[in-house]
Amino acid sequence: MPEVTSILLVGVGGQGTILVSSILSKGLVAAGYDVKMSEIHGMAQRGGSVSTQVRFGAKVHSPIVGRGGADILVAFETMEAARWLPFLKPGGKVIVNDLEIPPAPVLMGRAAYPKGLLDILRARFDATVVNAHRLAEEAGTPRVMNVVLFGALVEAAGLTGIDWEAVIASTVKPAFLDANIAAFRAGCRAAKAKAVTREFAATA
Amino acid sequence: MPELLTGNEALARGAYEAGVSYASAYPGTPSTEILETFATYKDVIAEWAPNEKVALECAIGASISGARAFAAMKMVGVNVAADPLFSFSYSGVNGGLVLVTADDPGQHSSQNEQDNRYYAPFAKVPMLEPSDSQEAKDMAVAAFEISETFDVPVLFRMTTRVCHSKSLVTLGTRRTPVRKPYVRNVAKYELVPGNARQLRAKLGAKLKRLAEYSETTPFNFIEWNGTETGIITSGMGYQHAREVFGNEASYLKLGFTWPLPVEKIRQFAARVRTLYVIEELEPYLEDEIRRLGISCIGKDKLPGIFEFDPAIVGAALRGKAETPQEPVPVLPRPPLLCAGCPHRGFFVELGKIARKRHAMIAGDIGCYALGAGPPLDAQDLCICMGSAPSIAHGAQKVFGKFGEATRVVATLGDSTFFHTGMNSILNLVYNKSNAIVCVLDNRITGMTGQQEHPGTGQTLQGDATAEIDIAAVVRAFGLTHVRTINPNDLFEVRETLKWAFELDEPSVIITRWPCRLKKLNAGDQARYAHRYRRLAVRNDLCNGCRECLKIGCPAISFDNIKDKARVDAETCVGCEVCAQVCGSDAFVDGELEHA
Repeated sequence: MPEVTSILLVGVGGQGTILVSSILSKGLVAAGYDVKMSEIHGMAQRGGSVSTQVRFGAKVHSPIVGRGGADILVAFETMEAARWLPFLKPGGKVIVNDLEIPPAPVLMGRAAYPKGLLDILRARFDATVVNAHRLAEEAGTPRVMNVVLFGALVEAAGLTGIDWEAVIASTVKPAFLDANIAAFRAGCRAAKAKAVTREFAATA
Repeated sequence: MPELLTGNEALARGAYEAGVSYASAYPGTPSTEILETFATYKDVIAEWAPNEKVALECAIGASISGARAFAAMKMVGVNVAADPLFSFSYSGVNGGLVLVTADDPGQHSSQNEQDNRYYAPFAKVPMLEPSDSQEAKDMAVAAFEISETFDVPVLFRMTTRVCHSKSLVTLGTRRTPVRKPYVRNVAKYELVPGNARQLRAKLGAKLKRLAEYSETTPFNFIEWNGTETGIITSGMGYQHAREVFGNEASYLKLGFTWPLPVEKIRQFAARVRTLYVIEELEPYLEDEIRRLGISCIGKDKLPGIFEFDPAIVGAALRGKAETPQEPVPVLPRPPLLCAGCPHRGFFVELGKIARKRHAMIAGDIGCYALGAGPPLDAQDLCICMGSAPSIAHGAQKVFGKFGEATRVVATLGDSTFFHTGMNSILNLVYNKSNAIVCVLDNRITGMTGQQEHPGTGQTLQGDATAEIDIAAVVRAFGLTHVRTINPNDLFEVRETLKWAFELDEPSVIITRWPCRLKKLNAGDQARYAHRYRRLAVRNDLCNGCRECLKIGCPAISFDNIKDKARVDAETCVGCEVCAQVCGSDAFVDGELEHA
């Protein structure tokens, strides 16, 4: 692990990136890390491209990284992963949701959603593709899609030593707790399965 | 145990610990959460003012009466509040007074990128500039002490990244709220020229004492790591500099940035071989440092516009260009009016009539600025808060003078109406133009995230209050042509716009429907009872004409293979605007359709 780990969470306004960064930051603080988290409010929230950053380590100065600075990119939407790739470190990890949310030019029929993004990501990066929408539905409600991705992040970042289920329990509404826990576990499993496949491919 | 707080939350906490009794603000990104947080503390008064000038004046009143007080605003708000600021700096305070300016480097959510640090020397007030949440809290506590000790209001300069980044804060305890007696003091507070001249002369002495304080305050500190490289920096620039240079440079970190610690700067500069000045936006520190005859590297290498990050600072000063990833082509994702936004229906019809009649549309600051982009294309301009009716008036006068038939429409929101739009409408009546003013009343301050205002019937701290009636206000101005309509009813919108375009006198159209994100109170529930039905497209009826794509709804997309429109059931909230533009009645009740 580097001295400071930088995680960039990106998505479309309203997808719940901020809840995930809150859960993540809370758990990291409890585990004794210095943590900084940065988010942007305002206009972009209206269905625009949004980003949140979480940085943690023994001592964190800047709350943000620039281009080439993120260790892990978590994209809640497929094209947003591609948009934010320049912020990923060489050799950094990508966790990407297999979900296409059409932007305005596509909705208006003026452009087509780019094809083959997941293939590019898989070919060029250490990418974990998660069908978070399906896993969230299986967990009880599509609304916990963000927590599926959080589970995948925890696994990919090697942060499994923290009692995340307790942090989730202290953050989400009790009525949605079961779905959130199920979503978290499904996300962890999805990322773990990917890691196993990779090891297998390496030995074969 | 330290808490993870945003800079805004930490600042509010600091004000609370400092024994502040009164605070006022107008919401504006990135400052909004300061008052929202302060309002949650017990034993304080926290209020939304209709605009920033009013907010600062209220805080001044609280200060003169003997309590500690602050006003908070985004940077452009300080322009609105500049009038009281520049004069109250002459008076000085009774209870400590702090003005928070939240600047927005990078223009994440702003119409310009002004660097409000210049307000400190301009208005002759001391300035504090935190670089993280702990400093925001500690400096907030100190700001009120400084204000009272030196008898001046204090400018507290935040930036978006400080406001909206969370970092760990060790909390203190609240001191007993400051309550000084009010003593009538005309020589101090009555700024007639005779008094003001005396106060102006005295202000010089205050600033001199503040310059001495600047040399000794712990907020201007040195981190010594050798003579090779020295960095003078402030605010978020410091955090980026630490990230890039680590312990390979010495730092003079400035947190009290007006008046500047001239001697400290000279001594620091004399000890280091290479001196960098790292600051976002304008060369505010750098110009002052150069004025001292000190040579340094700053804006000749670092950008003077937009927000910094460690990569930008590293590339500029250490040649550390990161190897960029090969880009993958993507489409832009501009923000859109939400599904179910009450502005959509209005803009659909306004755009149509404006194109047909070659009308000009003056817009304003708020979510409805999103009506300017495709496919709605129903706004020509947007300059500053409350400006739409005045800009419309000036333009309409000129079109009239030169005998041109062009009509001008002004669009502004309810909160913007109360901000300064009211004054603009008053002028339009007084100076007799026939501009058409549309107040898009969504019953809340939308863009900044659901803040109450004088038209909502509720205060920041949750008390029920008078609900100011926009129609009654404009009627009181003398406007006789006033109509209130439902913006989701396209027929009503169309007919009302036609009516206004036919008038030779000014008119006001109020489109009244709550923001889709508003948590409706009981009154709203009763008034805006509407059975929102999620819609679906019946493929046998859809003829693929794509008319529904012209309303720019995020819930509607087009399936090019089937040649049919499609509604995303999870996004649709059932405003039914699409159903009204569809010529073949293809939009039907989704629940029935899917049953």
